[in-house]
Amino acid sequence: MHDKSLTQVVHDLRQGRYTSVELTRHYLERIRQHNTDLNAFITVTPELALEQAQAADQARRDGDDRPLLGVPLAHKDIFCTKGIRTTAASKMLDNFVSPYDATVIEKLLAVGSVILGKTNMDEFAMGSSNENSFYGKVRNPWQRDRVPGGSSGGSAAAVAAGLCVAATATDTGGSIRQPAAMCGVTGIKPTYGRISRWGMIAYASSLDQAGPIAKTVEDAALLLKIMSGFDDRDSTSLEMEVPDYLATLNNPVKGIRIGICKEYFADGLDTGVAQVVMDAIHELERQGAKITEVSMPHTRYSVPAYYVIAPAECSTNLSRYDGVRFGYRCEDPKDIEDLYTRSRSEALGKEVRERIMVGAFALSAGYYDSYYKKAQQIRRLIKNDFMSAFKQVDIIAGPVSPTPAFKLGEKTDDQIAMYLQDTYTIAANLAGVPAMSVPAGLIDGLPVGLQLIGNYLDEARMLNVAHRLQQATDWHLQVPTIAREGP
Amino acid sequence: MKVDREVVETVADLSKLKLEEPDIAEYIESMSRILDLVEEMQEVDTSNVSPMAHPLDTTQRMRADIVTEQNLRDEYQAMAPETAGGFYLVPRVVE
Repeated sequence: MHDKSLTQVVHDLRQGRYTSVELTRHYLERIRQHNTDLNAFITVTPELALEQAQAADQARRDGDDRPLLGVPLAHKDIFCTKGIRTTAASKMLDNFVSPYDATVIEKLLAVGSVILGKTNMDEFAMGSSNENSFYGKVRNPWQRDRVPGGSSGGSAAAVAAGLCVAATATDTGGSIRQPAAMCGVTGIKPTYGRISRWGMIAYASSLDQAGPIAKTVEDAALLLKIMSGFDDRDSTSLEMEVPDYLATLNNPVKGIRIGICKEYFADGLDTGVAQVVMDAIHELERQGAKITEVSMPHTRYSVPAYYVIAPAECSTNLSRYDGVRFGYRCEDPKDIEDLYTRSRSEALGKEVRERIMVGAFALSAGYYDSYYKKAQQIRRLIKNDFMSAFKQVDIIAGPVSPTPAFKLGEKTDDQIAMYLQDTYTIAANLAGVPAMSVPAGLIDGLPVGLQLIGNYLDEARMLNVAHRLQQATDWHLQVPTIAREGP
Repeated sequence: MKVDREVVETVADLSKLKLEEPDIAEYIESMSRILDLVEEMQEVDTSNVSPMAHPLDTTQRMRADIVTEQNLRDEYQAMAPETAGGFYLVPRVVE
């Protein structure tokens, strides 16, 4: 059953080919067998899942036909889930049980889905390899000595290994697209503001955006449609109608103008990855897409600007973890200062502490203009690059990350090399445009992703192009051995 | 940009983080490396470029002045490390 796409599962449940309880039991059994090895889940919720599955089966017998009725999903442990521990993979929130559901969770529960558990991630979403988790690293299902990518490594690994039908994730600088690419699954970071951030633990609020990770573009499009929409509890939420992404998936790509950003093919890109990405672009050309080169000259400044904006926002956002209202509190604080500093220092990981400090520096008196303001100006220039590119083309195509999945521990001592992993993904967050990763091939048994970037709110066209690519290729159907193993 | 011990100690204090002596040298090193990376921004001429806050340049919405939040104090305080009579308890601040 775990080889089936979300779309097939929805169909099968409607046809009564199996029940939600059978399907949920199957996934719980797979998680029990394989999670020790992969460490993709921080928390598994078998009792709740079976209770929800039973309710879904009963509802179906009573004539209910909600879109995801009885479909078992996994959620990145950054989304608040009522009554379920929500940790953001931090010791700080190890004991935190959320009193409410995030909007994304509410929406997915409202259409009848089942919660299998919460997936592993880099602590507070800070990382590109899922090695910064308080709960330990996640292993790549394709090769166990490799990283799954990050920060949504648990969600990507769980989908790739067949431990859930699909999963939720978040992307601040590439955290959906990069792990999706490295695990050979499909991931979407929509336009900033498309999906509500309410109840999603904040890292860098002006960049954070939720999205789905799934086996196919069709599955991801269905989830995106459900997750999107205006929410007055998120002040940056866009008050705009959500199109029916599925309705336009099959449109021909003939005449669609696809831009190859030449700066994405510069030094540092693995030649094998470049080849795989170009092959995918040529397939789209074969279908009638028009390929042209575009230039986005400020691309190389996106990583530097990001490492001012994201730390600055995180230093502000994470000031709430003070040992007073929730989360970790140190033993026997001697005074209030000791309570704050010891609680934070004992419970926040090294990468998180460092980003908070860099952010505090960038925002401090005398440095604000040359760091934070400068970064926000560069952000505008990066947006302008996209705007002029989108005058010439409809979609920009390129690599997701410079290499396939690297080895566990390979970059943990070289922070800058780790940061440069996100060279091709960060610009879309800074500009706020939608972007996604689709499987495009394998190099030495490791998946490579193709990145597609669209104009603001043009997710439909991006999904259309990605879907047509999947209609003509079978890269998304390739799965790691673990996904073929029983039960 | 090379940061020194004083800068690291100041930002640690601003961040309410406590640095252990053996880690300070490491923080000086890594913060300097990150700031070197960030420094590349200075190559770009940004005069007359307005800073960008929201990608779609939207502004805060107005809403009607009515109560929409319920009082969930007890629920929220249930997870606090220490409370009493509806208050959060911390070590004595004023002598």
